[in-house]
Amino acid sequence: MRRVAIVGGGMSRFGELWSRGFRDLIIEAGTKAVEDANLHGDEIDALYSGTMAAGRFVNQEHVAALIADFMGLNPIAATRVEAACASGSVALRQGYMAVASGMHDVVVVGGVEKMTDVSVSDAAIALGGAGDQEWELFMGATFPALYALMAKRHMYEYGTTEEQMAQVAVKNHANAAKNPYAHFQKEITLEDVMKSKIIASPLKIFDCSPITDGAAALILMPLDKAKKHTDSAVEIIASAQASDAIALHSRDSLTELKATKIAAKKAFEMAKLKPKDIDVAEVHDCFTIAELMAIEDLGFFKKGEGGKATQEGKTALNSEISINTSGGLKGCGHPVGATGVKQAVEIMWQLRGAAKGRQVEDPEIGLTHNVGGSGATCCVHIFKRA
Amino acid sequence: MGVGLSLSWRRIPERYTLLGTKCDNCKINYFPTRKICPKCRRKGSVKDVRFSGKGKIYSYTLVTSPPTGFELEAPYILAIVELVEGPKLTTQIVDTKLEEVKIGMPVEMAFRKIQEEGEEGLIHYGFKFKKVRRMTSGI
Ligand SMILES: [Zn+2]
Repeated sequence: MRRVAIVGGGMSRFGELWSRGFRDLIIEAGTKAVEDANLHGDEIDALYSGTMAAGRFVNQEHVAALIADFMGLNPIAATRVEAACASGSVALRQGYMAVASGMHDVVVVGGVEKMTDVSVSDAAIALGGAGDQEWELFMGATFPALYALMAKRHMYEYGTTEEQMAQVAVKNHANAAKNPYAHFQKEITLEDVMKSKIIASPLKIFDCSPITDGAAALILMPLDKAKKHTDSAVEIIASAQASDAIALHSRDSLTELKATKIAAKKAFEMAKLKPKDIDVAEVHDCFTIAELMAIEDLGFFKKGEGGKATQEGKTALNSEISINTSGGLKGCGHPVGATGVKQAVEIMWQLRGAAKGRQVEDPEIGLTHNVGGSGATCCVHIFKRA
Repeated sequence: MGVGLSLSWRRIPERYTLLGTKCDNCKINYFPTRKICPKCRRKGSVKDVRFSGKGKIYSYTLVTSPPTGFELEAPYILAIVELVEGPKLTTQIVDTKLEEVKIGMPVEMAFRKIQEEGEEGLIHYGFKFKKVRRMTSGI
């Protein structure tokens, strides 16, 4: 297997972008990534793009071919990857494997979702496809409700509080306010979260990530080639993925994501590192409870202590471990297919020292954690300055 | 959201009578039915089993922002119930006040309308769960 590096990346602004369509977003991100990598289109061998539900959101399938067409990349192999909200990171993993295996030399990995062309209720139906339609959604479950079931059980088993969950939103909005690409540009207070409208108790609207348009893209190539090409390459030192039951009720535990634990264990083994070696991480905070479970399942904190650690500020920018410097899904926004790629773009910027107002002090190792649905897919990547 | 007639019809045994699967090899029960036991993965040792409809609340939430098709029912209690036979399922809790609901509380199956697809659409039935109320011994 060849070692693989990221040599360029870029993203569109995240937000409710009514003037911009699916194509505009991914072409912007893709073009920025190619320019950042200082390459020309004819040097790219293959494209992998993560998109969850373009059919439901914009009535368009076959989107990888469409992206290759409008990016002027034909006739290269163009493949769409779908794994619900983990589509982006699974696309990154496909690109990683294509380069590592020697099948392709230069690969562009994209992620995109255009979510605001449909009503909020239609968007909820589209997102519901990430769960078990016949046995969860049919019964009246929604995604906030599924994560609320996890939150309630986490509160019951570990004494986690609503204030601790709210603190995730406060922190991530504070980080987002420092990120010009983020959906939300304003800080919020604990009181703002606690007084916001209840969606599915105990989760309130400020515990939920928003419906967002956006795209992100990366360029991968073999490490040896990357080192000759640029002095700002970032090596992907681990890529791991795991699956679990599609329905939350079929899992042994509601207070951990087994797929996260397994993917993390494999990733740390592959990178020959431990959780304490990570300087900066982008974790999947589709709901605030998800960040608490993620920082526990990834091994940054003991099970049940994620809430306390967050409350004590241990996950804030430049504290014990900087979690979600981009603002996370909560603050930066969650265009589902784009999120996994955006996380890697943020880590690339952090490791290059290019994250401007939200820069972690001299980070060497970064991690991304991206979840599909309520935890049926999880992908963990670890990155290092090359 | 709308689901097809044949899809709804195929699920009737599971939704009306809590039909699930038992793996004779592992002595583990599953709901809904499975053709392959995810533990031993050995085909052919699974058989149909009907669950009693008794269980307890494993976790719950009050859904105040309902999905399409459930607007008239909101707010409603959604729960994961752990059946006495072992498997867990997602269901609504009915005939029970929110203040009464606790993790660990015994519940039993009730047959109810689940959702209606518009004025002339399908009406789907199936299980919901309710608090087990002890009969006062009047004798
Ligand atoms: Zn078995």
